[in-house]
Amino acid sequence: MNTKSIVYIALFAALTAALGLFPPVAFAGLGLPPITAQSLGVMLAGAILGARRGALAMLLFVVLVAVGLPLLSGGRGGFGVFLSGSGGFLLAWPLSAYVIGWLLQRYKGANFAMQCLFVSYGGILVMYAIGVPWMAVIAKLELSKAMTIMLAYIPGDLIKVVIATIIARGVRKALPNI
Amino acid sequence: MLDMYSPGTSVLHRLTPGPKIFALMGLGTALFLTESTYVVAGALMCVLALYRLAALSLRQVWNQIRPVLWLLILFFALQWWLSGPMLAAFVVLRLATLLLLAGLVTLTSRASDMIDAISHGLKFLRPIGVNPAKVGLAISLTLRFIPVLAQVTAEVREAQKVRGLERSVIALALPVAIRTLKMAEDISDAIDARGFKS
Repeated sequence: MNTKSIVYIALFAALTAALGLFPPVAFAGLGLPPITAQSLGVMLAGAILGARRGALAMLLFVVLVAVGLPLLSGGRGGFGVFLSGSGGFLLAWPLSAYVIGWLLQRYKGANFAMQCLFVSYGGILVMYAIGVPWMAVIAKLELSKAMTIMLAYIPGDLIKVVIATIIARGVRKALPNI
Repeated sequence: MLDMYSPGTSVLHRLTPGPKIFALMGLGTALFLTESTYVVAGALMCVLALYRLAALSLRQVWNQIRPVLWLLILFFALQWWLSGPMLAAFVVLRLATLLLLAGLVTLTSRASDMIDAISHGLKFLRPIGVNPAKVGLAISLTLRFIPVLAQVTAEVREAQKVRGLERSVIALALPVAIRTLKMAEDISDAIDARGFKS
């Protein structure tokens, strides 16, 4: 891996952390996983850096959170995060970024709508496929109930998918040889 | 600034992070294998005793729980409603125990020691192509990039405000992404010029 890739990986891990500085939207009093801008970082890492480097950037971020740096929105961090309701979503991030990067590289000529679809495969489908069962196990909830709760997050995630796709296209256009 | 370490001289503070992380993983798994509320309640008492041993205050115990307080209350209410008070108590006690245990590791280990422990642990991955020095570089760069990104974002926001674009997410994010990516390129050239072997 060349130095440039290492710096890019660090940059996107930092970007994801910086996105956590935007105040999270927590449901009034509910205390579920908050809606944050951080999953935007996951989508951008996959879409801009590609599968391998995007996944490594997210892996780096997850490791830094695990060792106790308070990089998640609201200043959360430490090993305990993985054992809380939102831990599965966090663990899904590297795979999410990988899937997004892989799909976009595989189908290079895809139009905007298709690219949005690819980003949502990784950013929503993969993330929920790991995060929701995780939450169900931790909280001993039925899977269907956990799924119902997560429906509230879909609209916000769809907006993030569109924003991430627009930004990734813009960056690709401005800097084609990343 | 990014460290949650709480200085001290107890046995737990003096222990290196490696064994603490493994103990956390082991005990965390064990908690998921038991079905008994009493065992979990006992474990919680033991964890609180360990906080005492590390000379951490009740306030620090509370600081670990406070961010997830609403989550615990929600889970408690949901479980009570779905399957009764016993299971509700079990789930919430188990979660609280795990959080406090993880918090204990974080509070008694410096982040820099944790990073060293990781780099050291990664030596075993050398045969499959992981270079601990590169991981170390990536970690330090990340920590340095966070304040830089915040600063670049503030600058771009000012510039877009002049144009009346301060409410547009794209008009903010796109220049920040392009500027920092270009900066990353310069940094990597600088690192190479100083002879970092990649």
